[in-house]
Amino acid sequence: MGAADGKFTYDVAIVGAGVVGAAIARELSTYELRTVVLEAGHDVGTGTSKANTAIRHTGFDAKPGSLEATLLKRAYPLLGDYAARAGIPLETPGALLVAWSPEQLARIDALRLQAKVNGCDDVHAVSAEALYAAEPKLGPGALGGLAVPGEGIVCPFTMPLAFATEAVINGVRLELDTAVESIEPDAGAYELVTSRGRVRARWVVNAAGLSSDLVDRMMGHERFTIHPRRGQLIVFDKLASPLVSSILLPVPTPVSKGVLIAPTVFGNVLLGPTAEDLDDRTGTQTTREGLDDLLAKGRTILPALVDEEVTATYAGLRAATEYADYQIHCDAAQRYVCVGGIRSTGLSAAMGIAAHVVDLLQDAGVVLRHAAGHREVRMRPVGESQQRPFRDNDAIASRPEYGEILCFCERVTRGEVLDALAGPLPARSTDGLRRRTRAGLGRCQGFYCSATISALLHDRREPPTAQSRDADDLVASQVPRNR
Amino acid sequence: MTTPAHRAHWAGRVRQVDALIVGGGPAGLAASLMLRSAGVHVALIERERSLGGIPRHSRHTGYGLRDLHRVLSGPSYAAHYAALAEQAGVEIHLTTTATDWSAEGHLVTTSPSGRVQWAAKAVLLATGCRERPRSARLVPGDRPAGVLTTGTLQQLADLFHLPIGERAVVVGAEHVSFSAVHTLLTHGVAVAAMVTDQPASQSYTLLRALACGRHRLPLHVDTDVVAILGSERVRGVELEDRRSHARWSVPCDTVVFTGAWVPDYELARTSPVAMSGPHPRVDQWLRTARPGLFAAGNLVHAAEPADVCALGGRQAARSIVQYLTHGEWPERGVELVASDPFMWTHPSQLTSTLERPTRGRLLTRVRHFLGPGVIELVQSDRVLHAVRRPRLVPNRSISIALPASLRVDLTAGPVELRWRQAR
Ligand SMILES: Cc1cc2nc3c(=O)[nH]c(=O)nc-3n(C[C@H](O)[C@H](O)[C@H](O)COP(=O)(O)OP(=O)(O)OC[C@H]3O[C@@H](n4cnc5c(N)ncnc54)[C@H](O)[C@@H]3O)c2cc1C
Ligand SMILES: Cc1cc2nc3c(=O)[nH]c(=O)nc-3n(C[C@H](O)[C@H](O)[C@H](O)COP(=O)(O)OP(=O)(O)OC[C@H]3O[C@@H](n4cnc5c(N)ncnc54)[C@H](O)[C@@H]3O)c2cc1C
Repeated sequence: MGAADGKFTYDVAIVGAGVVGAAIARELSTYELRTVVLEAGHDVGTGTSKANTAIRHTGFDAKPGSLEATLLKRAYPLLGDYAARAGIPLETPGALLVAWSPEQLARIDALRLQAKVNGCDDVHAVSAEALYAAEPKLGPGALGGLAVPGEGIVCPFTMPLAFATEAVINGVRLELDTAVESIEPDAGAYELVTSRGRVRARWVVNAAGLSSDLVDRMMGHERFTIHPRRGQLIVFDKLASPLVSSILLPVPTPVSKGVLIAPTVFGNVLLGPTAEDLDDRTGTQTTREGLDDLLAKGRTILPALVDEEVTATYAGLRAATEYADYQIHCDAAQRYVCVGGIRSTGLSAAMGIAAHVVDLLQDAGVVLRHAAGHREVRMRPVGESQQRPFRDNDAIASRPEYGEILCFCERVTRGEVLDALAGPLPARSTDGLRRRTRAGLGRCQGFYCSATISALLHDRREPPTAQSRDADDLVASQVPRNR
Repeated sequence: MTTPAHRAHWAGRVRQVDALIVGGGPAGLAASLMLRSAGVHVALIERERSLGGIPRHSRHTGYGLRDLHRVLSGPSYAAHYAALAEQAGVEIHLTTTATDWSAEGHLVTTSPSGRVQWAAKAVLLATGCRERPRSARLVPGDRPAGVLTTGTLQQLADLFHLPIGERAVVVGAEHVSFSAVHTLLTHGVAVAAMVTDQPASQSYTLLRALACGRHRLPLHVDTDVVAILGSERVRGVELEDRRSHARWSVPCDTVVFTGAWVPDYELARTSPVAMSGPHPRVDQWLRTARPGLFAAGNLVHAAEPADVCALGGRQAARSIVQYLTHGEWPERGVELVASDPFMWTHPSQLTSTLERPTRGRLLTRVRHFLGPGVIELVQSDRVLHAVRRPRLVPNRSISIALPASLRVDLTAGPVELRWRQAR
């Protein structure tokens, strides 16, 4: 389809609906802009954003002066505030960074000073006694460390879902199953050629994660190359949660933040990640060597942990590049913002990155007016620190389906499953349902409930809607909804 | 896990009952019947929409021999007990899940009619067990669809009539593995192979023949599953010979992990009772360390056949009646510990020299094939009981008849279950 045929032109097309693309979409939805998000996956947040360590970093150990350090700092209060308003599970148990050798102990003070430079004034050294007092199950041999009170844990699934839902209810168009294959300049705008047809937009924002270098090349640049760095993780049973109360960090090396142990917002305990350089951008398999390595490290840090049942194992790929910092570039003349190489802190920094992208657009001359009547979202509670429906007598009284538990391990009720199958961004698969409700994510991994839930999904699967169509008819849908 | 904040305001109801049973499988149902016949007011809660537990979706025959003295299919067996419980006037609550314990130590349930705290004089946990899924076995690889356990397979196929796949690999070669094979074959799914890390099948030849019929299926012994292949849907499994370390892959679209039982111990572990390995520690009369709290069925011996669980349920009921009548709880007792190659024992505590366990038998399991040799019960170097066995088979029930009176010293150290290999 040509350009001059009067086709609708968006102001901005965002490529990728990971946590970063979704955060940008949400931010843009607060302005009078017509924005479209093009996502190759079946749902939002199915890339690296769903397979990480789910830590809300303070940036205490970031390279001072880097864009990463700046945006982590900027994001910190934004995310705290937003999570509270939108109901994203977020807790701040704080971290203890543990030195296990004299060499590591010798680096503690430098790390404390680095934290100070990064604006984390509350970071302080702690003695071995204090470590064991705080974490009695810590393995023998800890020599001392640092307390980082601001480090927290967050729900990586709810984050992109909240951002994307808010964007959608405020008029942003979300096209799923839509992979951008090439981008053609076209009379003051771009034609994005996708797997489902062409989309026209004036500005392009590249938030394509592991493919951000490829999209950058579609725009004619040759600035960086993604070198996927795999991280494998092990999720332990909830019954392991009394073993640890804070995030246990290792002393970082230049290559990696190292293997940590952290509670999760669902009440599990996480061990990981590994750091393995790969060539394969789809290499999200776990390996015997990787899991064995984690168990060995886990046995040193928290020996009792490895005797508990494992709930799940998974792997994610960090979008590492040849550079240490984020690859965020704005080409005003080209009407293009590249948001690539968001390696290992993207969850924590997403809102800072989004705010930064808005600044870049503004500096480039995009006129940004706040949209009237912006609607916020309130996500359903899935975190253990929140009031889950199964415990909420009022919720059950108002709708008895909140009292019928379907997923016994995670205590997910029929009401929550039905909610997740409806709404502006419904679940379209068992995986989508898991990320929205936790159903099937628990210790039995579906022994009891997966059949019930599959049947429900089977029955309830709505006829394809505008947001979830598989047919190749993008063009017909390019009428923006009323704002 | 309830946080204190959620416990602060109790908005739900409080119910008083004599006995509360958690779990409407064979153990819980059999217990409820016997409690009713003793005139006890008993409430039974079951999280599913129907009673019966695992037999509900285990379509083949082989249920009921020891408790009902006839052989039924799983669903008929479940229906039989469910009907009796209703007739007997058991107060039954379906779609009711016990989730945690209140600050007062009462069990708390969630159901469509709200939250309830149960102020029960006696509580019986009969929550059963489940199979350890792929993730907990740390099988590496991708995470495609099509990886199941027998439990999920049978629910998908028999309760919901959903499609399974075309070609499956079954991991395990014990009784339940053949139950999975049976389900697959009757639903038109070809079985490409069975795989076991043990050197031989652990089921009976007869069972194997019943499950497989005229189908010949390759059994790979001494073999591990080292990876699952496929990104959206399973494409195959990678296998490794434990001896030669040779690797090869078998194409399939479905993998069923069978056996490797994990008791459903969450309520036990979040209450102040002692554990014995993965099971709550119970004595011959199924008493835990907490007065008034009992446990039975596969929660205390994962996993035995349904009839053994039902008989255990009856034993627990007798024990509850005795407790409700006399209010006594044994103070003394010694732990019964399993030492390698035994994985666990049931009972796991001895509190009396007179009270005998269910069927007068001790139950246990071994990790690998053994024999011939002697199973011994030993306390402070004193052999209390010994039985000769030509062979012990892993993943299969081992039961040892105990003498009418074991000369245990209830004030001394633990009793050890151990194995002496014949030379
Ligand atoms: C093991 C591991 C641990 C981590 N731990 C943490 C942590 O504790 N805290 C933290 O803050 N961060 C952590 N991270 C980093 C964080 O997960 C990432 O920085 C973040 O998820 C990146 O988000 P994204 O949106 O850039 O990428 P993604 O989530 O990968 O999203 C990119 C999206 O773009 C889509 N896409 C790609 N190409 C195209 C195309 N051509 N057309 C259309 N769509 C396209 C993809 O389908 C994908 O959905 C960790 C990462 C890993 C791997
Ligand atoms: C595939 C397969 C084939 C089998 N084949 C045979 C056979 O041929 N013959 C045979 O004798 N045995 C067989 N068995 C074993 C038999 O099914 C079990 O021994 C028996 O069901 C165990 O009884 P139970 O009461 O201990 O537990 P279950 O049957 O597991 O029942 C436990 C019940 O408790 C409920 N429950 C758990 N937690 C809670 C909670 N918190 N709140 C409320 N309710 C709860 C569960 O929903 C369940 O209904 C087979 C098992 C399997 C898996």
